[in-house]
Amino acid sequence: MNTLIYTACLGLFGLLAEIFNLRKYLIPIMVLGLAVIFSLNLQTWNHPETHFNGMLTDSNFSTAFSGLAIFIMLIILILAGDFYTSSDDEKHISDYMAILVFTLCGALMMFSYANMAMLFLGIETLSISLYVMAGSRRFEVKSNEAGFKYFLMGSFASAFLLFGIALIFGVTGTFSIDGIGVYMRAHADQLDPLFIVGMLLMIFAMLFKVSAAPFHFWAPDVYEGAPSLITALMSTLVKIAAFAAFYKLLSVCFVFALGKAEIILTVSCAATILIGNLVALTQDNFKRLLAYSGISHAGYMLLAIISLQGSTDSALFLYSTGYAVASLAAFAIAITVFKATGTESISGFNGLGKKNPMLAAGLSMAMLSLAGIPPFAGFFGKYFIFSEAMRNGYQNLVFLAIISSIIGVFYYMKVIVAMYSKQANEFEVKPTFSYQLVIIVCIVLSIFIGIFPGLFTKLL
Amino acid sequence: MENTMQAVPQNWYLLLSTFMFCIGVMGVLLRRNAIIILMCIELMLNAVNLLLVSFSSYAGNAEGQVFVFFIMVVAAAEVAVGLALLVSIYRNIASTDIDILSKMKW
Repeated sequence: MNTLIYTACLGLFGLLAEIFNLRKYLIPIMVLGLAVIFSLNLQTWNHPETHFNGMLTDSNFSTAFSGLAIFIMLIILILAGDFYTSSDDEKHISDYMAILVFTLCGALMMFSYANMAMLFLGIETLSISLYVMAGSRRFEVKSNEAGFKYFLMGSFASAFLLFGIALIFGVTGTFSIDGIGVYMRAHADQLDPLFIVGMLLMIFAMLFKVSAAPFHFWAPDVYEGAPSLITALMSTLVKIAAFAAFYKLLSVCFVFALGKAEIILTVSCAATILIGNLVALTQDNFKRLLAYSGISHAGYMLLAIISLQGSTDSALFLYSTGYAVASLAAFAIAITVFKATGTESISGFNGLGKKNPMLAAGLSMAMLSLAGIPPFAGFFGKYFIFSEAMRNGYQNLVFLAIISSIIGVFYYMKVIVAMYSKQANEFEVKPTFSYQLVIIVCIVLSIFIGIFPGLFTKLL
Repeated sequence: MENTMQAVPQNWYLLLSTFMFCIGVMGVLLRRNAIIILMCIELMLNAVNLLLVSFSSYAGNAEGQVFVFFIMVVAAAEVAVGLALLVSIYRNIASTDIDILSKMKW
């Protein structure tokens, strides 16, 4: 809980910095502040507590995911320094920083909620900040389009979530997730139809938020149109926050009622994995490629959520961490290349292997980690999720997922092939110091997690 | 206050708010004008508010009514952001028809 309060204070500080003329020092101060919050967050480890009359709970689950979220935001803020360089951006830098930190507040609420009100407020804090950020390039129609599409889809899904919450409140008379869990256990064999409808509406809304098929169609457009840095944020922090909240919701409130929703979740998981991987094959735009790859990763994470037993939360955490570090490295390199070449298509990467071997090697490792090839973190994330699902009796889904991840290797290789065997273009690509730092840290972490996955598997 | 509210059977509130919610959903899916879509989303949220108030009144539990305040605050914030986005779109394309907003496909 203290983590949440300090993060909110940091966001307010960002807004006030404009008054005190701190624009120049804002990003270093913010980064330092987040680093302090990261270490304070670690103190809640093994100290489960309930705050605000049962609104928020600190648990190891929330501490681990909060740590990951703060780390992602730290990386994004470091990248922001050299991303917002135009004069229009520099005027608004304190607004951008403050809104980004408020996004983190929303994510922190989604990890530690113990009441439906907090789940709703967390999702909305996260989403409303992102609507603004996605549309923040005011003079580009593409960015406008991305922001507005995201806004429409997001608030549409939120309304479904609320209707579900209202129906469940009508049946159980409480918003507390533990109270709903008690009701669900007591009435497991004869649930009120209103409860089941409410549960289905909430599941649909969450599938929307995690961009699972058939509710995935907004994701590629929004990812392509939004500024690249915000795309990086959406495909890591937002996805992970939505999945952690979804996991907590299902495992605390609905675990015995899931029989009624199993067919929906299974079909959605299979469709997400297949559509994500197959459509990614046809993409030329690198951001869209990563968007579809993100959709297929959402499918793999759904597999962890469906099998919901024993140590699936550790598997989900390991997978999210591996996915986040690989994506952040890929985006850091991609932003550098986009800036140098002025195009977002894969052809912009042509011949990068000759021009800047370091960058090309980094991007290759990030792609291999996303594709799930050892010794990178992505492989072990996939391995644990698949083996958990296998043990809980989802052989068919696991079989489908393995076939699709083999298809997936093909489009990740497309980028690597472009870098090493295509004719180089004339643009010179040179990352700034902060980008080099981020890329090295992310790749090293990815390899480290890949070599010592045992640190994570028994964590939660 | 309670008597007037409860003079109507609870199921009717459920039906009315479900009906309102469905009108909102249909509006979002079928209308092409961005402002009308925004209004339809508000309608969906207000259907939820009605449902929560009726449930909490019948159960004698004020929690639902407190939740309604949260929804109102969030809906206001959401509309503020939505209208701001709409204004910046209007400045660029001079229209509120969302069919024009299809620059990105596949």
